[in-house]
Amino acid sequence: MLKIENLQANVGVTQILNGLSLTINAGEIHAIMGPNGAGKSTLAYTLGGRPNYEVTDGSVSFTTSVRAEPVDAQTDDPSTSSGRTDQTLDLLDMDPHERAAAGIFLGFQYPVEIPGVSNLQFLRESLNAQRKVRGEDPLSGAEFIKLAKEKAGLLKMDMEMLKRAVNVGFSGGEKKRNEMVQMGIIDPKLAILDETDSGLDIDALRIVGDGINSIMRKPDKAVLLITHYQRLLDLVKPDFVHVLANGKIVKTGGPELALELEEHGYEAVAA
Amino acid sequence: MNALPTKGDEAWRYADLKLLADVWQDVPSPEQITVKAGESMARQICEIPVIGNGVAMADLDIVIEDGATFTLHVLAAAVQYGRINIKTTLGKGSHFELGGAILGNGDQSLEIVTETIHAKPEATSNQVVRSVLGGKATGTFMGKVHVARDAQRTDAAQSVKSMLLDRSATANSKPELEIFADDVLCAHGATVGELDKEALFYMASRGLDPETAKRLMLQAFIGDAFVSAADDVREAIEGKALTILEALS
Repeated sequence: MLKIENLQANVGVTQILNGLSLTINAGEIHAIMGPNGAGKSTLAYTLGGRPNYEVTDGSVSFTTSVRAEPVDAQTDDPSTSSGRTDQTLDLLDMDPHERAAAGIFLGFQYPVEIPGVSNLQFLRESLNAQRKVRGEDPLSGAEFIKLAKEKAGLLKMDMEMLKRAVNVGFSGGEKKRNEMVQMGIIDPKLAILDETDSGLDIDALRIVGDGINSIMRKPDKAVLLITHYQRLLDLVKPDFVHVLANGKIVKTGGPELALELEEHGYEAVAA
Repeated sequence: MNALPTKGDEAWRYADLKLLADVWQDVPSPEQITVKAGESMARQICEIPVIGNGVAMADLDIVIEDGATFTLHVLAAAVQYGRINIKTTLGKGSHFELGGAILGNGDQSLEIVTETIHAKPEATSNQVVRSVLGGKATGTFMGKVHVARDAQRTDAAQSVKSMLLDRSATANSKPELEIFADDVLCAHGATVGELDKEALFYMASRGLDPETAKRLMLQAFIGDAFVSAADDVREAIEGKALTILEALS
């Protein structure tokens, strides 16, 4: 699904990513751990296409199964291969909103407040903008509200909060939960979640963990989890754990690597 | 008719006096509005009346009698030089509400100039002005609040925010307080900023194209000026503002 090869990227004049390679297949959950300043958030932002994050070398390709012909959304079933074909995109050649429409969701470490724009309006416009790029019909107001209610329920978020301005007056935990509601509504192929677990209390962590599993743990989807803590990985079991240090992946293993890191620290394990 | 103002007249220092000079004799005298004691009145200016030569002007002289309320919503846009003059005199316990938007582009110059006189005690006034300026446009808000000596327990607020879409645009914000009473609340805030780039990227990451993201943010920004309007008024004036915004951004 995602193939990163020798990725090098600068933020401003500082090189942060130094030849990072990583392959994520459909159905997999990958965790990236690493010390502060290793380049974890830079990786997330670079994949999302944030301005000022300049790729100087390397490539990122994104392959998903798409409809061969535009068809009615109701009759389309991604689990069958009929009428579908693989499409590989050069991610670095695309604008941020095009990456989103292609199926990439970026969960922010610090979700941004947008005064005056309601969550529901924001999400409906976002979803319909994506659908338009994909040649799908826009969702009606009623269809959208039904979808939003379902996903808000999954994350135990009050619909009243979705009527409020995006993230304005939300606590840190509420913002993170809102990210997951957004992910549920947008239903991406690949979720890149940048420290979604930070700032969550134990109950909220469980709700978010369950949310990630039920939304993204599917054969045609994949997740890249950026985290500092084992706790989230107890809830969302990764297939692979990578250690990121000095802008590249220095070690890869299974879930046991996270436990090893928790016990011995980055310096001992990644040395 | 008075003589043509000069740059030395504080209330006219940002005016396009060159354009004004040719039409000055056609500028009508201020419209007198009186809101009778205890009554409520609402007015809106969706289009500033054009005088000629690219100049449009509205000039209101409002007296709000004791316990009365006057609600005014204005839109300054779509002319080369546009000016809305609002002089308000408040009676005891009365209220003046102003919501205004200034939308400028090219080398337009648009201004809202208010003089709010709290002549009697216990009156309240609230002024909210939002400007969105692109190109080499200039948007000006000058708001003088005068609180007379016996106008105790006055509560006057001004919130003025400007958004520059281009670095070549200019926003002038000049709130001014003249207070002769000692038991008053006068709050004023003025900011000049640009579209929040973080928010634009956040919106893009959810699939919104840059034009839509910008439109949503600007819509929310100028929306502040019209929240105090009745639903039908809001729909009309905000609708018009949004059409102008689309062309602007």
